[in-house]
Amino acid sequence: MAERIVITGMGIVCPLGHDVETLWAAVMQGKSGMDYTTIFDASTFPSTFSAEVKNYNLSKFIENIELHKDCNRGCSFALGAAAQACRQAGIDIETDQPKDGIDRKRLGIYLGAGEGSVNNEVFFGCIVKAWDNEKNVMDWNKWAQVAFAGMSPAGELQQEPNMPAAHIALLTGAQGPVFSCLTACAASTQATGEAMMLIRNGKADIVVAGGAHSMIHPLGLTGFNRLTALSTRNDSPQTASRPFSATRDGFILGEGSAILILESLSSAEKRGVQILAEVIGFGSSSDAFRVTDMHETGRGAIKAMTDALEDAGLTYKDIDYINTHGTSTTENDSIETKAIKAVFKERAKHVPASSVKSMLGHLIGAAGAAELITCVLAIRDNIVPPTTNLNDPDPELDLDYVPNEPRKMAVNTVMNESFGFGGQNNVVIIKRYEE
Amino acid sequence: MNTSAAVITGLGAVSPLGLTSIEMFSALKAGRCGIGKITAFDPVGFNCKIAGQCPDFKVGQFLPKTYRKAAKLMSRDIALAVVAAYEAVANSGLVTKAIDPEKVNVDPARIGINLGAGLISCDLVELAPAVAQSITEGKFDIRKWGKVGLELVTPLWLLKYLPNMLACHIGIIHDIQGPSNTITCAEASALLAIAEACSFIQRGACDIVLAGGAEAKVNPIVMIRQCLTGRATTEGNDSPETACRPFDADAAGSVFGEAAGIITIENREHAEKRGAKIYAEIAGTGQSNSPNKAFEHIEPDGRGIAIAIENALKDADIKPEDLDLLIPHGTAIPADDLAEAKAIEKVLGDAINDVPVWPTKSMLSNTGAAGGALDVIAAAFAVTEGIIPASKNCVKKADGCNLNIVTGPIEKEIKYALCCSYTYGGQTAAVILKKMD
Repeated sequence: MAERIVITGMGIVCPLGHDVETLWAAVMQGKSGMDYTTIFDASTFPSTFSAEVKNYNLSKFIENIELHKDCNRGCSFALGAAAQACRQAGIDIETDQPKDGIDRKRLGIYLGAGEGSVNNEVFFGCIVKAWDNEKNVMDWNKWAQVAFAGMSPAGELQQEPNMPAAHIALLTGAQGPVFSCLTACAASTQATGEAMMLIRNGKADIVVAGGAHSMIHPLGLTGFNRLTALSTRNDSPQTASRPFSATRDGFILGEGSAILILESLSSAEKRGVQILAEVIGFGSSSDAFRVTDMHETGRGAIKAMTDALEDAGLTYKDIDYINTHGTSTTENDSIETKAIKAVFKERAKHVPASSVKSMLGHLIGAAGAAELITCVLAIRDNIVPPTTNLNDPDPELDLDYVPNEPRKMAVNTVMNESFGFGGQNNVVIIKRYEE
Repeated sequence: MNTSAAVITGLGAVSPLGLTSIEMFSALKAGRCGIGKITAFDPVGFNCKIAGQCPDFKVGQFLPKTYRKAAKLMSRDIALAVVAAYEAVANSGLVTKAIDPEKVNVDPARIGINLGAGLISCDLVELAPAVAQSITEGKFDIRKWGKVGLELVTPLWLLKYLPNMLACHIGIIHDIQGPSNTITCAEASALLAIAEACSFIQRGACDIVLAGGAEAKVNPIVMIRQCLTGRATTEGNDSPETACRPFDADAAGSVFGEAAGIITIENREHAEKRGAKIYAEIAGTGQSNSPNKAFEHIEPDGRGIAIAIENALKDADIKPEDLDLLIPHGTAIPADDLAEAKAIEKVLGDAINDVPVWPTKSMLSNTGAAGGALDVIAAAFAVTEGIIPASKNCVKKADGCNLNIVTGPIEKEIKYALCCSYTYGGQTAAVILKKMD
């Protein structure tokens, strides 16, 4: 019998709050995390708004700020979220002599984490100076000169996507397996799923898992705007994220970090920590179709869902609630609906399937883990989060998306779905912990 | 759980030593060096002017006709990976959609992919004209960019730079519908990806996985980064062949390069049933980390490397003295080489004098997320052929390095070979190959 894996801690830094309970209260009230972008001047971009983390102060969560002073924005969120999760799980942080009884060689890290932003002023400034307008070429000699003078070693190094994992390793003293993956919008669901596998395979007893990302920077916004993936409803940011609605026009770029502590049941029992939920299934697949589009039948999503059910030893009849990827793009919401219908057959219209992105925005690499936290809370409180801004139902999309109001109901087993650019599909199933 | 179910049935490499894995190993045996003066851009203003660059190739040759127009969506990192993946598949005898759509002999749902990828740098030549249109009074103007510059950026621009696009393009080309992951742990990525690929096989998620890594570091952004952090040597510009000197007393920093290394990992029963050539078994994997508060280095005692190797030995159920070959990470950055040497010495104990250690970056350069995969491919050849080529540029070992660096070629039976990697940021990994009985 394989080891059972449970969740023993959670932490979040996101547009709807800097801790789990604040996020959950906001979701229950249907609040929106969107507003006009303030991190840089986006007033002339096709999308002028985003879902930013505001008024964040890392020193509220950790003491040794100096050690992390150069870290990028997403990494700073990760440290705050990890500190919260570790405290809840009773994992000592910021100490060389932990007293929590956890063997550091058995403590791992698995993040779905994104790259850090370039320093915009410096980066674009260097290009401006190195561009030879007359010859229409880059002057590499000039580039080297201005880049060496303007760029900082630490700033450059901290852009690497493995840095959030490095910072959390210093925070926790972890010496077990450390992984960081980046499978676009599915990254942190993948990280959580593979973290579970590390414990199942006996490679670790506890894994600090989740995601961290901030793409609210000029190149990130440029990239998504050029892909026409973002909502351009600039007159109404708060109602712009409207998954499954007929008037949906794209997702809202968000940022943040969500961390969950995954632990073997035997370790959690030995340590006597509170168990928040059990992780029971993981499925991963690829569409192998196009880098831009999902396969029109949703075949990759279907396979990930089916494989996750099989891994959990369940059938579609056992799922109480589906936390959808639900991005609010025309394509995703329609194909995800198709995939749910294919997997859930006669139950498809009766299983509540909502999108937290309607309130939270799309945290990209951190999205899946943030949404998984809401799944744990849904089980805890027996209440399903709503899909807000769902006032113009799309006649083609006819599932129960839990429009606008949370719903009190028995929630024991939840499927969390994440799909990423390039056809990355990852699905995790959790359930209420019972002895 | 051990990894005895996973075997290597195909090899693919694009490296500074050639466009195929066989060319690479032949060149390594001949002691050739793939490092030379940078030609990808004019490096005159850089204090490191050398790199490991791959021979010219056209990615279109490795794409099915129906997919050739996708070549323009491929950054250099993606193109390298696509070419190496093609060889790894062809070499394994598997017939995917790309090899021959009429004779496909694999179930797309039962193939997965797991690649290490780097932080892909954007093409400044492509971006600059848009930036040039967004200037007010000599300075970059973000408002002008939002209105004018942005429109000049090609619509699918972002998709060239998402690290998971290496695996996605390969997945589309070969019709890979199983699990897919992209590990972004810099220079430790490929070995971590290979370890996780074995876990795909063990848990029955698929029968075949393409695994490895690719990265193109010969780029004006990456080279600035490596020079700024002081990781690139500035002393070998006039003598590229002897510039990268892992574990040598005169080591002065690393030389960076570009490459892709991809192997076909297969469930042993699956491979035997179809009569595939098996290069080696993946007998064990281990991971840990060695964080340093300075981030660009690892812990001075390399503790995380030692733990990763110990875990891999335990996973393979062998003792240090059972190793017949060890390929270290060996970047030629003195502080990190010393940390790694100490860690290896700690694990090997008395076997330190007997286990041959063969660093490869002196010939292949430091190819970031691809490095570990190139080493596994070299180890697979070494195990198959019973040959350890001579190392290069380690003339006099650095103080404190007690490794048994291979001086001349060795011909002997190699039953177990270990590759290890670490990276700035601290992640560490080790993989053990075992010769087939």
